[in-house]
Amino acid sequence: MISEQAKQRMYALASRYPVARSAILPALHVAQEEEGYLTSEGIATVAEVLNLTTDDVKSVATFYTMYYHRPHGRKVMSVCTGISCYLRGCDALVEHLEERLGIKRGETTADGNFTLECAECLASCGTAPVLQVNGEFVENVTPELADSLLDELGRELKVKKVEVRAETEIRR
Amino acid sequence: MPELIVTKDIDTPGLDTLEVYKQHEGYQGLEKALREYQPDDLVELVKKSGLRGRGGAGFPTGLKWSFLAKNDKPRYLCCNSDESEPGTFKDRMLMEKNPHQLVEGVIITSYACRINLAFIYVRGELPYAARQVERAVQEAYAAGYLGQNILGSGYSLDVIVHRGAGAYICGEESALMESLEGRRGYPRLKPPFPAAIGLYGGPTVINNCETLSALPAIVRNGAEWYASFGTEKSRGTRIFCLSGHVKKPGNYEMPLGLPFRTLIYDEQYGGGILNDKKLKAFIPGGSSSPMLPADKVDVTTDYEAVAAAGSMSGSGGVIVMSEDTCIVGAVLRMVEFYRDESCGKCTPCREGTYWLTQLLHRLEHGGGKQKDIDLLLDICDNLAGKSFCPLGDAATSPIVSGVKLFREEFEEHVRAGGCPQRLALARAH
Repeated sequence: MISEQAKQRMYALASRYPVARSAILPALHVAQEEEGYLTSEGIATVAEVLNLTTDDVKSVATFYTMYYHRPHGRKVMSVCTGISCYLRGCDALVEHLEERLGIKRGETTADGNFTLECAECLASCGTAPVLQVNGEFVENVTPELADSLLDELGRELKVKKVEVRAETEIRR
Repeated sequence: MPELIVTKDIDTPGLDTLEVYKQHEGYQGLEKALREYQPDDLVELVKKSGLRGRGGAGFPTGLKWSFLAKNDKPRYLCCNSDESEPGTFKDRMLMEKNPHQLVEGVIITSYACRINLAFIYVRGELPYAARQVERAVQEAYAAGYLGQNILGSGYSLDVIVHRGAGAYICGEESALMESLEGRRGYPRLKPPFPAAIGLYGGPTVINNCETLSALPAIVRNGAEWYASFGTEKSRGTRIFCLSGHVKKPGNYEMPLGLPFRTLIYDEQYGGGILNDKKLKAFIPGGSSSPMLPADKVDVTTDYEAVAAAGSMSGSGGVIVMSEDTCIVGAVLRMVEFYRDESCGKCTPCREGTYWLTQLLHRLEHGGGKQKDIDLLLDICDNLAGKSFCPLGDAATSPIVSGVKLFREEFEEHVRAGGCPQRLALARAH
């Protein structure tokens, strides 16, 4: 559900730019913040506010990697797999997280708590390897730090323990 | 300790607030610019300083400003903070820790170029940096450094902080404008260049975040002062982003023209190779620049010397690879980036980057053939200089330089049926 507040934010964004269409990226961010991903209602709202067709909005939304078109976990863990992180062991980090979460990269845990994805260079090469949790950096990630991060996030989500799940639903 | 310019006092607590920024000569550059300079004189000042773009191309900044078309169309400034070049992380630091310096640089530039609306395009994956810049912009408005009639000068400027949404290609200036206009980030044909026809069709200046951040100090201290650092054709300082197999990776501001050896080995900088291993190769300017062998470590960091050595100074992202690095694996990872980030518009790049990764994957993981190596070079030849924008060229840099310097490693992968390192590891388990 896109709230009236969110819609008003989109109108406000549109009025800042010389051409309303320029607000499409910020408006899509608002829509995704509201619902966790871009639903057809979200796309339609952006289209309505900016006076565009939904196809037009969708064609822009599908170009950019930060917009999700399906639900993601409550915590999205994006591990940087750029060359500098590669040189500092990010592949092993991804494997470690896959093992602990019981999912493969690109998937979401069955309980809907965690999504694990790989990201291109996140501009944190000096503290490699790094990941982001819902856009906020966690740097210099050793396997130990990854473990305590997962435990902390698990506590936050009120999940008893984050461990290998027997069954996982594949959601891409 | 050499002079620090854009990173001066950068770790001062609270520097990201207006109050503390002003205790460190904050906005004195802007005040001086408005008080003592006509816009055209500021352009001359920046030309004399020798400042060159710090995003990747190294184009003389003052010269770029002077290209703005003289017509009645509204003009715009875009600060390019889409920092996405692998190995680069300086703009993020500048935005997070010293956002007012960037804002001040934006205002000075806009005044010099007679621009009344500026955009700061921040990469989507840096939300904290964007929040920092937005907060600084709001503080600047509240203090009268932005908005109508700035400091009573009669000059007005509005700034919009605009977040991207995940696309390396939007760091290319014409794709950035497409994205800002609300479209898919497909690069535009050039010419016309942005200075002639840019954002919304008007004359537009696009400058990198670090370039703009250098302006307050240049105005405060003068062109001669800035030009006194660096080399004759590469004036000033720049932030080098050191990463990979070094003991102390991080952002290090240095005058241009010191050897890469200093950056990589000096105790006040990289501190040497991780685990005291030997240097195998290093990439001087982000993954789009050709890699250089260890025996080029005494090459100096100025634009001319790096070009003469067969690479480019690029974004300043210095990626260090030690003797333990499998070059084929590293090249594969780098080319996967270009494949993923290709906008898809032009066939050589869209198809070429895909096939390059397929071949490299075979070489690394098994199934590679001897002819694959020359096929890689052949595809690169179809890509470089034949794609619509520099992303296609960039994709070929790791391969062409990697094969040129380490061809026997690629051939070993063919003989071994995959990466010898990976195979040895697999056998051990």
